[in-house]
Amino acid sequence: MSAYMAILSARFRMLLQYRAAAFAGFATQLFWGLIRVMIFEAFYRSTTQPQPMQFSQVVTYVWLSQALLGMIPWNVDSEVRGMIRTGTVVYELARPLDLYALWYTRAIAQRSAPTVLRAIPMFIVAGLLLGMQPPPSPASAAAWVVATVGALLLSAALTTLMTLSLLWTISGEGIVRLMAALVTIFSGLVLPLPLFPNWAQPVLNFLPFRGIIDAPLRVYMGHIPPAQIGAVLAHQIGWTLALALLERALLARGTRRLVVQGG
Amino acid sequence: MSQIVVENLVKTFRVAERQAGTWGAVRGLVHRRYRTVHALNGISFALEAGELVGYIGPNGAGKSTTVKTLAGILVPDSGRCEVLGRVPWRERLAHVRHIGVVFGQRTQLWWDLPVIESFDLLRDIYRVPKADYARTREELIALLNLQPLLDVPVRQLSLGQRMRCDLAASLLHAPPLLFLDEPTIGLDAVSKLAVRDFVKRLNRERGVTVILTTHDMDDIEALCTRVILIGQGQILSDGTLEDLRGRVTRERWLIVDLVDADEPVCDPDADVLRREDHRVTLRFDPACVSSAALISRITARHAVRDLFVQNPPIEEIIARLYGDSYA
Amino acid sequence: MGDALRLYFRYLGLSLRGQMQYRASFWMLTLGQMLITGIEFLGIWALFDRFGSLRGWSLPEVALLYGIVNCAFALAEGVGRGFDIFPEMVKSGDFDRLLLRPRSTALQVAGLEMQLMRIGRLVQGLAVLLWAASALHALWTPARVALLLFAICGGACLFYGLFILQATLSFWTIETLEIMNTVTYGGTETAQYPMTIYRPWFRLFFTFVVPLACMNYLPANAILGRSPLPGLPLFVPWVAPAVGIIFLALTLQIWRLGVRHYRSTGN
Repeated sequence: MSAYMAILSARFRMLLQYRAAAFAGFATQLFWGLIRVMIFEAFYRSTTQPQPMQFSQVVTYVWLSQALLGMIPWNVDSEVRGMIRTGTVVYELARPLDLYALWYTRAIAQRSAPTVLRAIPMFIVAGLLLGMQPPPSPASAAAWVVATVGALLLSAALTTLMTLSLLWTISGEGIVRLMAALVTIFSGLVLPLPLFPNWAQPVLNFLPFRGIIDAPLRVYMGHIPPAQIGAVLAHQIGWTLALALLERALLARGTRRLVVQGG
Repeated sequence: MSQIVVENLVKTFRVAERQAGTWGAVRGLVHRRYRTVHALNGISFALEAGELVGYIGPNGAGKSTTVKTLAGILVPDSGRCEVLGRVPWRERLAHVRHIGVVFGQRTQLWWDLPVIESFDLLRDIYRVPKADYARTREELIALLNLQPLLDVPVRQLSLGQRMRCDLAASLLHAPPLLFLDEPTIGLDAVSKLAVRDFVKRLNRERGVTVILTTHDMDDIEALCTRVILIGQGQILSDGTLEDLRGRVTRERWLIVDLVDADEPVCDPDADVLRREDHRVTLRFDPACVSSAALISRITARHAVRDLFVQNPPIEEIIARLYGDSYA
Repeated sequence: MGDALRLYFRYLGLSLRGQMQYRASFWMLTLGQMLITGIEFLGIWALFDRFGSLRGWSLPEVALLYGIVNCAFALAEGVGRGFDIFPEMVKSGDFDRLLLRPRSTALQVAGLEMQLMRIGRLVQGLAVLLWAASALHALWTPARVALLLFAICGGACLFYGLFILQATLSFWTIETLEIMNTVTYGGTETAQYPMTIYRPWFRLFFTFVVPLACMNYLPANAILGRSPLPGLPLFVPWVAPAVGIIFLALTLQIWRLGVRHYRSTGN
């Protein structure tokens, strides 16, 4: 266990160094958030019908999702990708560590470090200047923390899935992109999920992606009451475990393939 | 009318100084400190058509700056320069059409393309008339033995093969002037000889003017009758290689690897210049004692594992020429 | 000029051939591109489904805006990404080799890469555009169709100019300029919606600094028979896309300045 913690902390610290990129990204995110807020505002002004979410909640949602952007499994572990490409991944097989756990641990670091880097400035700026509201109650705040942990675990599982797909090099890169696209929309990044058509809600609720952004954010805002944190967590953990099972099987298949091909 | 005329070229660079540490980096954002590098301090020379000139000097002396200026890539601060009747940097497009440049460490061919396709693409870029191109290409392929390589992607070639292809590529548009920058660097012995042989024939049989920058003194000795030495932005010597050596010293070095590291070595006609473990460097004047005589005296008196005779390295020559230490 | 174009297309063809070798990967990448970019429209559709209209604009009308800017961006990305590679060339010194060839440096850099996968964005942009065109079928006249094509061309020129500008800045600084990505991708996002929904300073920026509004908002207004601004002469939206072409020409001049700077300061 301590080996994994060591790997986690080392990778985390290393990723924290990408401050310059985070800073540049911050400007982009501000821009993006501003546009989306303006767009939503215009839409909300165009109708008087009540909506599943209030406009002020949407504003908080937008800024919060920008703050937690690092959570989205957009990219794979670049080191692992390099290893797979050059074939040195076979050395990983020789280590006295469970390969899946190793990659999963790295994925946790890979998702948490950029989140920390981007969240702090965004919370400050958006919270003070741009209308991001704090949680309505301490219970919601606490529930949110729990939900975020669940989101991290789930997101790491999805990241690992994407990394794994690179073992099938021909289609790997394409699959990564496809998954990134799916995650983007179904996590609520493009549009808060409650604002999707009503008939789509059951599907959206079932898919794992809402557990990364949409569910934790709505817990934060109290839109999902703190009492329902259990259901949220169950959804996240359930998917994480299901993915873990799938990924372990894929990994075994994938590495066998590599070794057979002579890496 | 000389083919190349260089008069008092001056070029200074301002290099931003990186400041240490995070605080330094922040300060660097606001206030940049610059260091001036005097790459060229007023160099002058003239070359006639058909010369094969070696352009040598230690690193940082200004060799590549000169070559880049002559090629038209760099604009100097002051001074006059004319190549084939044109000012290189002012008429880049016209000038560049008449020169060929080979960089030893970087290929000009397209990495993923078969060699022959790189050649064809270059023909298009240089707008070489079809008939001329076909003829020149065939000649170069024959001279450099490129036939087996034509369909191979450049990334699969060995260094020696790539260099030969690069040489051909640089000559497809039949330029009267060729710049070679470290053409033999990293090459195996056979390839080096092939390259040298080709350059010599190119110069002697076709009258192509060649400017060769290199650190390899064997290249110079094999090819160049004229050697221009540059140091710290100034021409230190312009003449034959022997002139150069003779200006500084006639001495030669005998380097001996002794069996017994602590054995004292002395000889009436030789000074011990350096001692490192088993290796002793002796300095002698061939006018006073021939290398053969010195060798037989040393081997008679000491147990010797290996020995060789060499001229003092060019850095030593330059260092002595100006009393600083470059080495 | 014709000769230069021929060489440019030859370069692009080479890049294309290289990519075609990896056919399966190409299809995946293109499909992914199509999905990632198409998802935007899914979001717009969902919003209209819920809210009905956007400040007086209907879904087909917004789809027109969306289609124009996406097609323009996709076209520019398809042939302009050579300029992305450019900063590496400066760093590695390979740019010198371009200076040693008797051809325009901009032409050589432009030809470095053609990204076929950008067709993904083009396809979904065209799909949306065609849907919008059929939903708005009552409007089309030959003049308006011509304006539509003109708008897409002008937009592509504008984006191309932005790519060149982004690359040119690396003559002066080593830092990669995220800000330009903000403008191109953020600009595309912005232009998908009518300009009237944004704050004044935003509108001003995207009309006068990065004249995206001239590329799709103004022409779209003309096509839809709307008047974008009271008092704006009627002909303006019809010639607005020319601004994109002027922008491209300007950025090429700045590129030349950059090359001159490079040649004086060396590297």
